[in-house]
Amino acid sequence: MSLINYASREVNCKLVYYGPGLGGKTTNLEYIYEKVAPASKGKMISLATETERTLFFDFLPVDLGTIRGFKTRFHLYTVPGQVYYNASRRLILRGVDGVVFVADSQLERMEANLESMQNLYDNLAQHGLDLTRIPFVIQYNKRDLPNAAPVEQLQEALNPGWPVEDPARQRLTPDPARPGEPLIRQVDETWIERVAYFEAAAVRGDGVFDTLRAVSKMVLKTLG
Amino acid sequence: MSGAASWSFREEDASRIGALLDRLLAESSARTALLVDRAGQMLATAGQPPRFDPITFATLTAADFSANDQLARLLGENEFGALFHQGEKDSLYLADVARRVILVVLFDNSTTLGLVKLRVRGIVGELSRVFLEMFARDGAGERGRPGAGVERGFVGEAEDEIDRLFGTSGRG
Repeated sequence: MSLINYASREVNCKLVYYGPGLGGKTTNLEYIYEKVAPASKGKMISLATETERTLFFDFLPVDLGTIRGFKTRFHLYTVPGQVYYNASRRLILRGVDGVVFVADSQLERMEANLESMQNLYDNLAQHGLDLTRIPFVIQYNKRDLPNAAPVEQLQEALNPGWPVEDPARQRLTPDPARPGEPLIRQVDETWIERVAYFEAAAVRGDGVFDTLRAVSKMVLKTLG
Repeated sequence: MSGAASWSFREEDASRIGALLDRLLAESSARTALLVDRAGQMLATAGQPPRFDPITFATLTAADFSANDQLARLLGENEFGALFHQGEKDSLYLADVARRVILVVLFDNSTTLGLVKLRVRGIVGELSRVFLEMFARDGAGERGRPGAGVERGFVGEAEDEIDRLFGTSGRG
């Protein structure tokens, strides 16, 4: 949960990059670290194994500067993707404000993507959070690889949508990034919501900032 | 289950908590006291200003405490209510406050672990009461006016800043 500290005049928000092992979560943070102006970034911390696999988390604070008298900062975290590090993943989700799911587009990683998505849902539930009600976007990473699955196939598997119960939200809602692909639409009699998605090749930086921009704006809206 | 909520730390909270931390430091002869929330954010500091990066410190403290919480459960303990890290000159004593905040006391050889522990034990109950009141206040606010929120105009300006910072840098 975001913290508004009126005493020190600070707003801090926590974003977590989640997804299967070797999917590119750390690469996203490294690219952000490399490209953000030095004055806007803090120290990047990686609690990693000797083979550079994330053991506990990576952490990067990014400053938006002072807005209306409040120093505003995003805390970016990754989780370890490997299945057996679940205790660490659950700990990092504590107090989360927004989630980026970094999916590995390679066909052979489909099962790992699905497993990680279910794991995300379950771990959030343990913190009393519902994935369908918090700021959440999906990034389909590794679009540059020849064995990348078609986006339609990934969408069907990882972003099938969930029914919208609230009548006030049951209306055609466009995805600002993709005209013609609404986020909320009616299928037969049911209103279905999907989350925004972004195609990326994080090693080249493609899509990295589009993803970050979208999720951080969603988080800000929850503060207003 | 619900979506993420925000909570606030107001100036009056800071002064009540600051007074408790100052008393702790005076009674224990410790150097610095810090409060970090379990999500990894620094809430308050008292005493000598820290010489380290407080953001990094808060993140690692929360991770340390959370990892030890899990260790406690493996042993069948409900929690480790406190942790101690001993250095050659500087040491850290960490204690849980109301299950959501961590009190960190930084001290050197001019005092003893025993005294720090004793004084921390005395203050944790009082800090817990203050924090529980704060959580109750912000929780109650969710039903009507948000208990924690930013002023009108903040979101728009912050969005512009995001476009500036994350827009152009990503296309470099």
